[in-house]
Amino acid sequence: MQIFVNGETRQVPPDCNVAQLLAEMRLADKRCALEVNREIVPRSAYATWVLQNTDQVEIIHAVGGG
Amino acid sequence: MSALPSTEPHHADPLIIAGKRYTSRLLVGTGKYRDLEETRRAVEASGAEIVTVAIRRTNIGQNAGEPNLLDVLPPERYTILPNTAGCYTAEDAIRTCRLARELLDGHDLVKLEVLGDQKTLFPDIPATLKAAEILVKEGFKVMVYTTDDPLIAKRLEELGCVAVMPLAAPIGSGLGIRNPYNIRLIVENAKVPILVDAGVGTASDAAIAMELGCDGVLMNTAIAAARNPVLMASAMNKAVQAGREAYLAGRMPRKLYGSASSPIEGSFF
Repeated sequence: MQIFVNGETRQVPPDCNVAQLLAEMRLADKRCALEVNREIVPRSAYATWVLQNTDQVEIIHAVGGG
Repeated sequence: MSALPSTEPHHADPLIIAGKRYTSRLLVGTGKYRDLEETRRAVEASGAEIVTVAIRRTNIGQNAGEPNLLDVLPPERYTILPNTAGCYTAEDAIRTCRLARELLDGHDLVKLEVLGDQKTLFPDIPATLKAAEILVKEGFKVMVYTTDDPLIAKRLEELGCVAVMPLAAPIGSGLGIRNPYNIRLIVENAKVPILVDAGVGTASDAAIAMELGCDGVLMNTAIAAARNPVLMASAMNKAVQAGREAYLAGRMPRKLYGSASSPIEGSFF
């Protein structure tokens, strides 16, 4: 199925959960936060949150700013 | 022997924001540096304990392995102040704060700014008030960027913001304090810390802000865009301390005419 991650399309297997997505993207050990369809997914729910076709995923982190 | 008055009043003169004590009254941003190493060295030289960061999309694909800002500025050592820079609506600012709180494991101190104009980067005050009210209700500790309007500053305090941060001049302009009278009025009326945020250009600007009675100064470009950012960070560190001490010491009255410092008595000429 197809989802959108930070505005880019991405193919993921059916029943892919957030933890698997982050592992696949090599972001599992990075300090980041994530929302799916504008809803924040708590870290504790990564392994149980199953992604759906056309989900909009945003993965954010801290960058330099004033 | 009587105790000598302290010459280092900042040790006994902490900045208290949302119940937490800080020794440094200089807060710094982390944008516009050449690289993370320069960021780290400048923040170190500034002596700042509170550092502002922006919230943006994580690099994906080729850049996924890049070092992270929070690796060089660990939240265990610094109080990280996520900002809502670049947000032009209350909704975007609130969404950014919620994500930041998740990113920082529940840490709820945020710098709210809702911009209203791309050219001046002046804040959208109605949207700022709206966002502040909602964020305070959601339990955020809001340090809010605003114009130097004393009535708006008071209103933001009444909404429950933990610090009010009027601009000295537009963000990144380096024009210094354009309206010291308003800053002074804001300080006089405030029951929460007042920090000048934005517009400082050089060390004397920071000292003036502190001499006006501000509780602190937040800056980014004045350090990052200096020819030598690390040296300027050190200068700002000293300027903020000097300005604070001068404010506490109480300046002499201004006089129109000269007044000799050496005695007339004992003159032999």
